[in-house]
Amino acid sequence: MVDATYDNQVDQQKYQQFMEKIEAGGKIEADDWMPDDYRNALIKLISMHGISEIMGALPEKEWTPKAPSLHRKLGIMAKVQDEMGHGQLLLRVAEDLMAPLGKNREDIMEDLLSGRLKFHNVFHMETKTWADAGIVGWLVDGAAIITQTNMLDSSYGPYARALKRICAEEVFHAQHGEAIIMALAEGTDQQKELIQEALNRWWPALLMFFGPASANTTGSSKQDTTIKYKIRKNTNEELRQHFFTKYVPRILSLGLTIPDETIRYDEENETWIYQQPDWNEFKQIISNNGPRSKERLQLRRISHENNAWVREALGARRNISAV
Amino acid sequence: MSIKSAGEITDQAYKQVLAELLYQLGDDDFVLSFRGSEWLGLCPHIEEDVAFSSITQNTMGHATMYYKLLEELGEGTADELAHARPKEERKNAVILEEKNGEGGYMDEPRYDWAFTVVRNYFYEAAKKVRIDSLKQSSYSPLANVAKSIGREQYFHLKHWEVWFTQLLSSTPEAAERMNIQVERVWQDFGDVLSLGPSGEKMAEFELIGDEKTLTEQWLKQVGSAFKAAGAVMPEGAPGAVSGNGREGFHTEDLTQALDTLGEVYNLDRAAAW
Ligand SMILES: [Fe+2]
Ligand SMILES: [Fe+2]
Repeated sequence: MVDATYDNQVDQQKYQQFMEKIEAGGKIEADDWMPDDYRNALIKLISMHGISEIMGALPEKEWTPKAPSLHRKLGIMAKVQDEMGHGQLLLRVAEDLMAPLGKNREDIMEDLLSGRLKFHNVFHMETKTWADAGIVGWLVDGAAIITQTNMLDSSYGPYARALKRICAEEVFHAQHGEAIIMALAEGTDQQKELIQEALNRWWPALLMFFGPASANTTGSSKQDTTIKYKIRKNTNEELRQHFFTKYVPRILSLGLTIPDETIRYDEENETWIYQQPDWNEFKQIISNNGPRSKERLQLRRISHENNAWVREALGARRNISAV
Repeated sequence: MSIKSAGEITDQAYKQVLAELLYQLGDDDFVLSFRGSEWLGLCPHIEEDVAFSSITQNTMGHATMYYKLLEELGEGTADELAHARPKEERKNAVILEEKNGEGGYMDEPRYDWAFTVVRNYFYEAAKKVRIDSLKQSSYSPLANVAKSIGREQYFHLKHWEVWFTQLLSSTPEAAERMNIQVERVWQDFGDVLSLGPSGEKMAEFELIGDEKTLTEQWLKQVGSAFKAAGAVMPEGAPGAVSGNGREGFHTEDLTQALDTLGEVYNLDRAAAW
């Protein structure tokens, strides 16, 4: 099982011990020895996850002050705050992994702005109506719960612990989203139209959320490395199938139509047959060419520039107190 | 004097003045919470985004509590009061409705952190003084609300006090930016400290302390922060050069705030959302 990847005897032995440990269900901690490709895969995965939480607060923020009652305002405000908190928690995990490479938070932000660090496809999409806030909470957070619980047993201890806390909060987010959708589904014709229209727009993005089934689809996929190192359990396609099983019946029970006439459950093969989203479009979206990619990155860029004097001021204070 | 519930109020003048006070309290928190929510994702760092959005959310909760008290007085539902009242009926101070800076939150937001720190610090200091006074209010439902708000609000005040003193005593650029905003907010902050045309009645009915005493307490509170930062507090009482919000005077900035806050609610006021 152990790949012979090291020339050096000592490293080979460390690698062997590392693999034995994670295969026995052990956890790797920040200061433990780890193979470079494990560290790199984690940095990539966790900084992407962290930055996606942060970028993910932006589409919902567009509807936060507009939430149609005080109760909904408080609900969505709590949610966006949680998402920022998730971002913070995850960036700290990523920072610890990056420290030996001489990198820090500033590098993560620069990588985001330069396009080297990507964020989840769903957060490049527009939010056009209040129903989008419901769909995001219910189905985007619902999809996130599926991908995140898949990594709860991650071999990397700090990530597994962060995910445990995050998943607990995500459950509330999904309930908040579902409550918005239920209210609309039981409401006026206009309200019902809002959810159907939102679902139609979000469906392809929701399927894309789990990533391509294999590297053949888009030319790259990290899923093999992450499965080998026990960072995650299931493949992208397995997770997408799980999403269908969980949500297709619920969507239909609300009287909504799934914008894919071909979708059906094949009893014999125990799989959902469905229409693939446009994976070329996916590639475009995550390369920051999605409907709102540029605008949302611009928000972060402005904030970065605008607050440069504040960071300087805090830095100066830190130097004073260090003296 | 102590009145236990809305049903116990027999004096119409008392009820009217109480409502007036609750509108001021609720509208101040409501509109400032909105300005806070526009900052989400744009703060100087992620930790601040987390902290500020928590304060903003609590503040919306406080506005909700005041609107609920108004609902009990028969003024309409809390949601109507928050979303459907026209601009002229709003009683928040004008400085609290002012935009965070140039641009909108969707489009090129060139927001000003120094303005935000000064406005929020001054506001939380004033809120603390009011809340402490309200804990002894003759209207016990309001005294109870003040007690529960006070528990959260303590941390809000501390948060902004740290920003205020740190930025005032940091780099020359930061100090200059802060001083410009201190001057700007000062000249309008009298509006926040004002209890409006019914202020005297409010004190007479022992709903809240008198305006003069509360203002002195505020001056003392912020004075100590200026001192801690080694900075100079402006002389004289704060003014209200942009107008008096307590009397229903407001700017276009409030129009933008209310249009946004009520956009979905006003699509169909009868619908359940
Ligand atoms: Fe999250
Ligand atoms: Fe979430």
